[in-house]
Amino acid sequence: MKVLVAVKRVVDANVKVRVKSDGTGVETQNVKMSMNPFCEIAVEEAVRLKEAGKATEIVAVSLGGASCAETIRTALAMGADRGIHVQTDVELQPLAVAKLLKAVVDKEQPGLCILGKQAIDDDSNQTGQMLSALLGWPQATYASKLVINGDNTANVTREVDGGLETIQVKTPFVMTTDLRLNEPRYASLPNIMKAKKKPIEALTPEALGVDPAPRLKTLKVVEPSKRSAGVKVKSAAELVDKLRNEAKVI
Amino acid sequence: MSVLIIAEHDNATLKPATLHVVTAAQKIGGGIHILVAGQGVDGAAAAAAKVAGVAKVLKADHAAYANQLAENVAKLIVALAPNYSHVLAAATVNGKNIMPRAAALLDVQQISEISAVESPDTFVRPTYAGNALATVQSSDKIKLITVRATAFDIAPAEGGSAAIESAAAAGDAGLSKFIGQEVQKTERPELTSARVVVSGGRGMQSGDNFKLLEAVADKLNAAVGASRAAVDAGFVPNDYQVGQTGKIVAPELYIAVGISGAIQHLAGMKDSKVIVAINKDEDAPIFQVADYGLVADLFQAVPELTQALEKK
Ligand SMILES: Cc1cc2nc3c(=O)[nH]c(=O)nc-3n(C[C@H](O)[C@H](O)[C@H](O)COP(=O)(O)OP(=O)(O)OC[C@H]3O[C@@H](n4cnc5c(N)ncnc54)[C@H](O)[C@@H]3O)c2cc1C
Repeated sequence: MKVLVAVKRVVDANVKVRVKSDGTGVETQNVKMSMNPFCEIAVEEAVRLKEAGKATEIVAVSLGGASCAETIRTALAMGADRGIHVQTDVELQPLAVAKLLKAVVDKEQPGLCILGKQAIDDDSNQTGQMLSALLGWPQATYASKLVINGDNTANVTREVDGGLETIQVKTPFVMTTDLRLNEPRYASLPNIMKAKKKPIEALTPEALGVDPAPRLKTLKVVEPSKRSAGVKVKSAAELVDKLRNEAKVI
Repeated sequence: MSVLIIAEHDNATLKPATLHVVTAAQKIGGGIHILVAGQGVDGAAAAAAKVAGVAKVLKADHAAYANQLAENVAKLIVALAPNYSHVLAAATVNGKNIMPRAAALLDVQQISEISAVESPDTFVRPTYAGNALATVQSSDKIKLITVRATAFDIAPAEGGSAAIESAAAAGDAGLSKFIGQEVQKTERPELTSARVVVSGGRGMQSGDNFKLLEAVADKLNAAVGASRAAVDAGFVPNDYQVGQTGKIVAPELYIAVGISGAIQHLAGMKDSKVIVAINKDEDAPIFQVADYGLVADLFQAVPELTQALEKK
């Protein structure tokens, strides 16, 4: 089974983002960029499937400007076999990403697509669900455990509001990763060197026949109002007194 | 203009999240209908009909919707959506799972987790773990939206008397099936609707030590939450996680114990009315958002807190 993983380049999770003073977005110049953490989990899961003999080939796909190639290289260093870079400088929103990925899936015919449940920049949490809808495939979102069965089905345990839930889906399907699915590996130096030789195919939205134009127009971006630090109390008794008599919340 | 709300429910009752979505729908304007899709949903449908401001309840009672499988519920939404200008759901795990599937099938770019309504086509949504609020305008004919419940007041559960109609079921897509669940039954209020939340982090050191927090929670009728680190370490189940990629809470009182205050955690609780932090590190970032900070070893401070709460 071929596995396709989608990987997004985002502002690193440890960066404290700053909103641009002109209100057009957040500062991304001279800011550390990384693979979206949920996409790392997706790559890791694909590599584990390959190590377990369940996957034959892993294709890592990223969409966007030139620098996305770096993110694909990271996936290749973790163990993906080859990359596809859909190059565009248009602002990509989830529906457009899903349409582009669908076009790639139509070409590649994988048995499983693994995506992160959300990207930590836009926090939309849509692309995996949209991709499976466009393909007419089942969706197994927020996965914390994947078991591929022999009979063209898979059991996926999902993190839901009340705890965990297990569903069975037919293959091919789309899965999105949650935090507890696995702990992604760090690429070793030899694997980083090897990744440099792995192929990355370049495609464009035009070549894939997809119009990626955004549907949502961002009118402005602002910083949320800040909370200010309050007071330090000396003891639990003083805390209870303040909560009762000052804040009046208990 | 008219708004269809996809109800969050457990067949018997309507979840409070839906009542917050009703308030968001009122800000958009137009008639409000609620879709209750499930199996054996008479209780939830009756509750939906009583919500103030609701004009009609659509009941889709069918085995295909028993476990809220996205493939089946999205099909139903796609069939109903053309009658509406807006389709809304709470940004619960369920809403987040189902709505984008319906949106893609309708060729609509969904607007995720809105925190304000500016006009019928313009909405505010938090991005970057809530560190940037984006105002976005949609050009789609039907708007599919998930709503951050904590950003909208709760609508009155009583006062309405909407008609309940049956909606034609759209059938089973046959793509997936429900196998089972591990859901912990608790007597405590739900994390996302509790008036008080007591959360523990890595500083708790073990799942057993969460008993200390439960003792506080018992006194305050509070829900218990956690940081990602506490969930990853296996101290508590996944559904306790508060944060950017867990649950968003905004209680009257949030007590963070042994939690450092990473941006991803703050994203889930910084809209709480009053925040208390108990941490032994006086430089922990959590103190920058706390109204009341107690620099102390939690193993001493938390039992003392329980004791102090016992005294009137
Ligand atoms: C993609 C991604 C998503 C994430 N999503 C979330 C999310 O949704 N929610 C979330 O919470 N995190 C999330 N995180 C993780 C986040 O970045 C932090 O790692 C996490 O919140 C830290 O948890 P913590 O505060 O419990 O642990 P730590 O940061 O280790 O802090 C422990 C604190 O306990 C204090 N402490 C220790 N012992 C004691 C004691 N005896 N008495 C008093 N205080 C004590 C310490 O001083 C310290 O401040 C996410 C991270 C990533 C990369």
